[in-house]
Amino acid sequence: MSSTPTPPQATIGGDDQAEPPRAATAEDVALLANPELVATSLGEYLHAWVRKVRQGDSGMLPIVGGLILIAVIFQSQNTKFLSAGNLANLLGQGAPYVLLGMAEVFVLLLGEIDLSIGYLAGVGAVITVAVNSTHNQPWWWAVILGLAACTAIGALQGFIITALKLPSFVVTLAGYLGLEGVLLWLTNREAGPSSGGTIQIKSTILRDLVAGNLNPAAGWIVMIIAVALFGAFTILRDRRRASAGLVAPPFAVSALKVVVIAAAGIVIVIICNINRGLGRIPVKGVPWSLPIVLGVLFIWTFLLGRTRFGRYMYAVGGNAEAARRAGINLNRIRITAFALTGMTAGAAGIIYASFLGSISNDINGGQLVLYAVAAAVIGGTSLFGGRGKMLHAVLGGVVVATIYNGMSIIGLSSAADQDMVIALVLLAAVTVDAVARRGSASA
Amino acid sequence: MARSASADRATGPSAAGAANGAANNSTPLLSLRGIIKNFGPVQALSGVDLDVPAGQVTALVGDNGAGKSTLIKTVSGIWQPDGGEILWEGHPVHIRDPRAPTALGIATMYQDLALCDNLDIVQNMFLGRETLTPYRLLDETSMELKARQTLKDLSVTTVSSIRQAVGSLSGGQRQAVAVARAVMQDAKLVIMDEPTAALGVSQTAMVLDLIGELSRRGVAVLVISHNLNDVFSVADRLAVLYLGKMAIEGPISDFDTQSAVEYITTGTSSSSSGTSTTVSNSNNSKD
Repeated sequence: MSSTPTPPQATIGGDDQAEPPRAATAEDVALLANPELVATSLGEYLHAWVRKVRQGDSGMLPIVGGLILIAVIFQSQNTKFLSAGNLANLLGQGAPYVLLGMAEVFVLLLGEIDLSIGYLAGVGAVITVAVNSTHNQPWWWAVILGLAACTAIGALQGFIITALKLPSFVVTLAGYLGLEGVLLWLTNREAGPSSGGTIQIKSTILRDLVAGNLNPAAGWIVMIIAVALFGAFTILRDRRRASAGLVAPPFAVSALKVVVIAAAGIVIVIICNINRGLGRIPVKGVPWSLPIVLGVLFIWTFLLGRTRFGRYMYAVGGNAEAARRAGINLNRIRITAFALTGMTAGAAGIIYASFLGSISNDINGGQLVLYAVAAAVIGGTSLFGGRGKMLHAVLGGVVVATIYNGMSIIGLSSAADQDMVIALVLLAAVTVDAVARRGSASA
Repeated sequence: MARSASADRATGPSAAGAANGAANNSTPLLSLRGIIKNFGPVQALSGVDLDVPAGQVTALVGDNGAGKSTLIKTVSGIWQPDGGEILWEGHPVHIRDPRAPTALGIATMYQDLALCDNLDIVQNMFLGRETLTPYRLLDETSMELKARQTLKDLSVTTVSSIRQAVGSLSGGQRQAVAVARAVMQDAKLVIMDEPTAALGVSQTAMVLDLIGELSRRGVAVLVISHNLNDVFSVADRLAVLYLGKMAIEGPISDFDTQSAVEYITTGTSSSSSGTSTTVSNSNNSKD
């Protein structure tokens, strides 16, 4: 498999960099940092990947490993944890955390932070539910208004931060406090004096965002279409790169990726299609929250990875001065990032309300935002900007939600226990990240 | 006066360079006339004249505090001169902000290089001027092909993959990426501030080769350096700043290390009595 040590396209000018035996130079070190970039076969690719992990650039390995470990621990304590009913419940319960984690990624990529998104999510949810329930408007109009309000509030915070050159920490801390007030005021106003500060969701569609399920056949069809599209895009992109004479990952690597995704999809659909109803009415099918979260993940990943805006986000986060000299309008990028954070937070709020079936003024926005930051950071997003992906926040959010869910199942349902455990996981994740970075920096 | 004396070296190998050099032989690409810059009561530049001909390497030397960086930042639009005139291809221009020189065709490489460590080589080379597909998405394939070709043209052969993050590159490789970016932007003048200051021997040689390659391609280079060895090995012209004034400016063959050091430290040269006509034999072998 190592019969072709140097692919012709991999090295510019054909220097034989892939063979390590000569004295280590800076070029070799650089190569070692990214060995999979020049691998031509599956074996070489895996070999390169193992080397990269050993050097400290472990990618998603710790989080996936951690997730498996968490699942094993909870399952050994209570076998209900991995039951179809609980896993499907986890999909709905985890969706708000995952969405909030994704919301935070936009600003974290710039090296900023948004502390207001917990209460911003609450405000978005109240607006949506109130427009629908109190003002009897259609659900889609309510959703648009909720998302638009959150986008506008996010953009306003971004504008204050850039126009007045204030630290985002302080501005969004003010947002945190102010939006908590707005949430209380708005809920009490819309819910009426006798409601106890709670508004029930009227629209069945809004309620079904989390509680509703695709019927089993539709679950299969959606999954197959999603996997097929992913596979087609992956393989077409490799083909295009190869035909242009560029280094493409070996076919086996791409095929393996598609197979893994397909296997995960099949497992999820099978589990969700098991009847999890406790009474006589069967409950089965993939919860709506899953395709919603995956859809948001896909759109934001596409935005960050394939558009000029996404490229500039990473550039500004990596080196704002370099980005400015390259002619990038920093303020526009920053304000847009805060607006997108707000919009995603609004979506999280609506999903959260759907999960609860109602929205009340006692949403713990403080805890939500800290979980969101934790989700993004556990997933591997850097607090210093320039590093992180939407997928990382999703995995981090799943970890947070899983701990939350699992601890209730094994009887540790108090907030005290849960917060302490999540604190430890967050510390562990940051430590793994820091140690890994030190390892790769000293390499 | 003696401007054409060393032009043959720069314009020889490349047709483009020859054409460019010939076209601009009469008019320098960039001319500074009486540039003045004050910082409060301190006069950093007191009437500096400098000509940068097309397709040649002009070295700007001077002791610490002579005003080299101040002069560069004036040309790069970091700040405005308090007096004097900047001529670009013979026409007066006003450089009001850092984007103005880019529009003219001036690329400035500061010591920090302004690269994003988290982005890869291709992404850095195209930053701010990405190629888009008809659907307004990033056209990674064509960008990577063009980046690869540019690096190949510059004989940059030490990079294992142009999809590796710039943060993982050595100092010389980072310089190479920055130079390649300037070339790809079709810069007519590349200003380099201390490009070899933090580099080892082999990396320095690589950057000096790149500078030579730029001038062979008809690109004018204005390089600031403290290292006279580097200056004499790569420059066609030498300009010495002394206490905010241009002490002397002329073809590199008019100088040797000793006279250059004297100009840098005292503003005059005892051996040549303040004129640039004394030609030393010590570095004639360089051409």
